Amino acid sequence: MDRIPILKMGKFLLVTIQVDMHDQLALHLQDDLTTRIASERSHGVLIDISSLDMVDSFIGRMIANIAGMARVLDAETVVVGMRPSVAITLVELGLPLPGVHTALNVEKGMALLEQRVQERL
Amino acid sequence: MKSIAAGLHVKMLQNKEAKLLADWLKNQTGSHTFRPDLIKDSELTEQSRQFLKLFLRTLSQETSDEIMAAEWSDVRDMLGDVSRSRALQGFTPSETATFVFSLKEPLFTVLSTELKNDPEALADGLWSMTALLDKLGLYTTEIFQKSREEVIVRQQRELLELSTPVVQLWDDILALPLVGTLDSARAQVVMETLLQKIVDTEAAIAIIDITGVPTVDTLVAQHLLKTIAATRLMGADCIISGIRPQIAQTIVHLGVDLGEVVTKATLADAFAVALKRTGSRIAASQGAQP
Repeated sequence: MDRIPILKMGKFLLVTIQVDMHDQLALHLQDDLTTRIASERSHGVLIDISSLDMVDSFIGRMIANIAGMARVLDAETVVVGMRPSVAITLVELGLPLPGVHTALNVEKGMALLEQRVQERL
Repeated sequence: MKSIAAGLHVKMLQNKEAKLLADWLKNQTGSHTFRPDLIKDSELTEQSRQFLKLFLRTLSQETSDEIMAAEWSDVRDMLGDVSRSRALQGFTPSETATFVFSLKEPLFTVLSTELKNDPEALADGLWSMTALLDKLGLYTTEIFQKSREEVIVRQQRELLELSTPVVQLWDDILALPLVGTLDSARAQVVMETLLQKIVDTEAAIAIIDITGVPTVDTLVAQHLLKTIAATRLMGADCIISGIRPQIAQTIVHLGVDLGEVVTKATLADAFAVALKRTGSRIAASQGAQP
């Protein structure tokens, strides 16, 4: 069974989605990520979706859900590297992901996470 | 595919070429479709002379009356050039087609004088000439139409390109000055261009300036909100500027909720906010000579 690796980078968790997201994979990611946030006591999650060139409403909702769960577990979520076509699709689907922070690339995403965590302390 | 069985007529016509040309020119300049304001006499004479020469030469080669055939390519090219130039100069289709149709009268006059004694040959000759010239006339109209359409298509494309420039104002700051009505097709192009530019320049802030948008209705507002939402998903922020007082009133009257979108009255205000957010600053240099 394929799983999306979750990497620990200092205080944060980094998820890079490099394969086509199918529903089962998304559900596994949701499970794994919440488990890791709890066990590592992370304060931030960075999801890199720069390789993702197709989304449907399910995947869109899944990203929103992950952000919501992370928030409950006291971690900030930043989605980075969204492609223009994906952004347009999500908006047209009526899923503008409220409450999810976004950044242009991993570097800017990391800076944003640092800043958010600093602000909370 | 009927061969023009009029080798003898052609000889005869070629002998009378000078007279034909003179009559034809008189016909053209005397007609109400003549446009001395658009074309010079010398140019018209040159075009007519060249066409008549090519026309008679092609006829003398035992050609068919099928003008799309290879033998007619010289005449077709010449007519095509004439039609195209006239389409661009602002002639009407009838004025353009008259170039060919006005040749009929001189031709018929010559034929009827020469073939007075042979009514059968005269009828035959007249018929093949009229059929041929009709085809050539229609061909000019077709080319005329085509070149006009090419102009329209080119203008449409240029308009679309013109209407969506994304300019970089500063490091990390893009501006999108919108001019003209924002319909769905344009809104889509605007959104795609802006998002692509954000990817290319890694800009953090995009300023959408709507000074040039004449009216903002619910549809336009929805397009704007979608563009802003997509920009946010990419990780950049949007500021709307150039909201005129009337438009501010309309937006509120329509009940459009711009939510947390930052709006500014002028592009300068929006630029100042953008600079502040990106940590840059513009200051007057001290002691500088204006």
